[in-house]
Amino acid sequence: MDRHGAALEVRPEAASSLRSRLGSGLGALLWVLPLAFLLVFYFYPLATILQVSFSRGAAGWAAPFIEALSSASIRSVLWFTIWQAAVSTALTLLVGLPGAYLLARYDFPGKSFLQALTGIPFVMPTLVVAAAFNALLGPRGWVNGLLVEVFNLQQPPIQFVNTLGAILLAHVFYNTTIVLRMVGDFWAHIDPRLAQAAQVLGASRLQTLRHVVLPLIMPAVAASALLVFIFDFTSFGVILVLGGPRFATLEVEIYRQTVSLFNLPLAAALSIIQLLTTLALTVLYTWLNRRLSTPLNLRPRTYTQARLVSWRSKLFAAVVLGLLLALTVLPLAGLAARSVTHFEPPQRGESGGFAGFTLNYYRELGVNRQSSIFYVPPARAISISLGYAGLTVLLALLIGLPASWALARDPADSRSAAARINRLLDPVLMLPLGTSAVTLGLGFLIALDEPPLDLRASPLLVPLAHTLVAFPFVVRSLTPALRSIRPRLRQAAAVMGATPLQVLRHIDLPLVGRALIVAATFAFTISLGEFGATSLISRPEYPTVPVAIYRLISRPGALNYGQALALSTLLMSITAAGMLFIERFRVADIGEF
Amino acid sequence: MKRGTILLVILVLLLAACAPAAETESPPVQETPQVENGGERRTLTVMTHDSFAASEEVLQAFEEEHNVDVQILTAGDAGSALNRAILSRGNPLADVFYGVDNSFLSRALDEGIFEPYESPLLADIPDEFELDPTHHALPVDFGDVCFNYDKAYFEEAGLEPPQHIEDLVREEYRSLTVVENPATSSPGLSFLLATIGHFGEDGYLEYWQGLVENDLLVVNDWETAYYGEFTRAGGSRPVVLSYATSPPAEVIFAEQPMDEPPTGVITADGSCFRQVEFVGILEGTQNRDLAERWVDFMLSPTFQEDIPLQMFVIPVNENAELSGVFAEFLITAENPAEVSPEEISANREAWIQAWTDTVLR
Repeated sequence: MDRHGAALEVRPEAASSLRSRLGSGLGALLWVLPLAFLLVFYFYPLATILQVSFSRGAAGWAAPFIEALSSASIRSVLWFTIWQAAVSTALTLLVGLPGAYLLARYDFPGKSFLQALTGIPFVMPTLVVAAAFNALLGPRGWVNGLLVEVFNLQQPPIQFVNTLGAILLAHVFYNTTIVLRMVGDFWAHIDPRLAQAAQVLGASRLQTLRHVVLPLIMPAVAASALLVFIFDFTSFGVILVLGGPRFATLEVEIYRQTVSLFNLPLAAALSIIQLLTTLALTVLYTWLNRRLSTPLNLRPRTYTQARLVSWRSKLFAAVVLGLLLALTVLPLAGLAARSVTHFEPPQRGESGGFAGFTLNYYRELGVNRQSSIFYVPPARAISISLGYAGLTVLLALLIGLPASWALARDPADSRSAAARINRLLDPVLMLPLGTSAVTLGLGFLIALDEPPLDLRASPLLVPLAHTLVAFPFVVRSLTPALRSIRPRLRQAAAVMGATPLQVLRHIDLPLVGRALIVAATFAFTISLGEFGATSLISRPEYPTVPVAIYRLISRPGALNYGQALALSTLLMSITAAGMLFIERFRVADIGEF
Repeated sequence: MKRGTILLVILVLLLAACAPAAETESPPVQETPQVENGGERRTLTVMTHDSFAASEEVLQAFEEEHNVDVQILTAGDAGSALNRAILSRGNPLADVFYGVDNSFLSRALDEGIFEPYESPLLADIPDEFELDPTHHALPVDFGDVCFNYDKAYFEEAGLEPPQHIEDLVREEYRSLTVVENPATSSPGLSFLLATIGHFGEDGYLEYWQGLVENDLLVVNDWETAYYGEFTRAGGSRPVVLSYATSPPAEVIFAEQPMDEPPTGVITADGSCFRQVEFVGILEGTQNRDLAERWVDFMLSPTFQEDIPLQMFVIPVNENAELSGVFAEFLITAENPAEVSPEEISANREAWIQAWTDTVLR
């Protein structure tokens, strides 16, 4: 690395002026594609639905805001939304960070498998997850059953459904993978000698953690915490299904006002409040992050990772793995087991129970018993889902890469035009995540209704909507990695005559290969699991797997329920297989160039 | 690589298990429209909610007879789909909208999304279903929201199943009932309306107070109630708010063939609420003639008889005959509680708020 530095020192002024000229021109150019996409597929539909909604109110734009903020029940919804998201995020970090450390610093058999497993929750439909948790923690679940048996209790001791605990647990279950991936992968490339040096110099473990390790991984921690927070902040299914009727987030209230009460002006005001909160948070994050990010010497994984040798590291690994598996894998394993289990419902005089294994539910998925027009064989639903997911990955990377690259090339001169553009646009990129799915879904349907963009009946709407959600993930995964590349590397290449494209190809791309994988995985899983917007805009002939699961579980009958579980199990397997497949696409790891 | 392969093999096996057994193979989905027989083949677009379904052959018969492709567009649940129809009124995407129920009827009529059409088939439909005398919205089907109970549970407990919703506040049925939240669930709202219709605006909150004191469980959605809390699904509540059609559906979708439904329905007077679903021709359609044919088709015995097995609601046409398990096991309410669409529209928010204050606080 120092060789590059030496080259730079020969003609520092020439290099920096060349860089800034290239930087701002290119910076502006890089923004064209992402901005065009956001303008057409985000801001335009959003502005349309908001405008239509407000114009339905008789009392102007301000009235619904006053109505919202003067209502005690909506104020308490807002407050609950914020604090449950904060607590959920803190808990997710608490569980995720030790796991990220384990994945970053140690090499052990089955690691990528573990990562794939912990990523599965991300795609599971809430209704199915609720069923999984219920099987574990419900009044007749295994845990309660065991406790009643062991301690000879009268009542099941754990009350799970309709509690705050259920909400928090489900949020941790869903989002731990974000921390594991984002922090784990970033951490894996940080030179362990920095921490070792601190300890050699006499720092205690705690001091090293506080003064060396945490500052180094902070950009990735902050980025993942922001994403987790926004997810929890806009939480819908978890609150509705597991939280029960006593809890409501803004997103739930928006749905209620839109669908049940048709109070569109109030729903629009609430959507804007939700957006502004997201924006404020992201601005805060961007500001913090500029202070946190320092260029680092990233190291290849082979260099930073050790085997689990000492008893101490083994114990640590066992505890962390146990926790991760119990939290993310156990409920899913129960679900998968249930999908191949035949239960005898209680019949006259005899109690029901386990009655053997069966593949009936899987077989039934292939039968169009009602000869319905919308029947879709599972293989077809899976292909449709995978098709959408593939498109989403391509689109999200296509617009996410230039955007993150532009952000990461932030010029040293903070008053330059390029720096200003970056400061303005950085927080804007996160907005789609903070936008209500109900609002945006309706916006899609009423805005994109005229040629050349008459997409109202187009199956393309689905990957477009998924890309909006995946895009912020792509940017947040790529930017920390891109930012951490020493500018001197790029400068050196530029000085030696490399064009910006060559710099991208030979410096940036190899260095962020790993982050690209993370970004692609997020885009893939987000697309596979998205339900809220998809249920509004997908065509009935082309259901995604979650939509097909929902169709099954919204009908009475043991066979329908079993099929929903079977299809969920297939979704889990597809997700894990997909993630392992993406893993194989390593562009190049750091140091491999 | 090895793990990937193992996973792949498992996946292929599971998918193979999904392949239909030879004897139950269904006819292949017709992918392409038939050869056009004279005249230009047109397209009729029907907007509806995501519970819509129909048989392939029934729909194909209509398409062939009228030389038309029927395109079905869905947009989420009934409320979301209606919102979509209302907001795209100026530039309607579809010719027909199906699936507005009596709780949303006033919203649809007030917004003026429908053109009136007095179908000749209305003659075969009892007047009680014609809630819109101006014929903008025509009744297609109905479903009774009623309590279901787990027969085996009550037999084992040696307890008589509840006969009327008033029984549910009695001590012997303590901690046995689960209902859905009227603010987030369609059957939940229907039961709230049933209590208003039965006990009156002065009495319904007192009844709910009694339910709460008898340890009522409220969840947000039907799926959680039916597949999470109901004893049949492994929950702890043997009385669940569902539909009168759920017991026959249990027979159809049973794991093992059964002689009779495992669940019973409480259909006593005033214990159920009747949801009626309507179809209407969307204002501004370019295919008025085809849209009229479609509405007639939906009200005709062919489509009406297809309804129960596809959507688990009941046809309104008197000439439509129920078949199979529906003929054998369906019990509907003789005298469901009544609340008019206008009253629902005017008071929905206030009633839900009052309910929330009584039951959840």
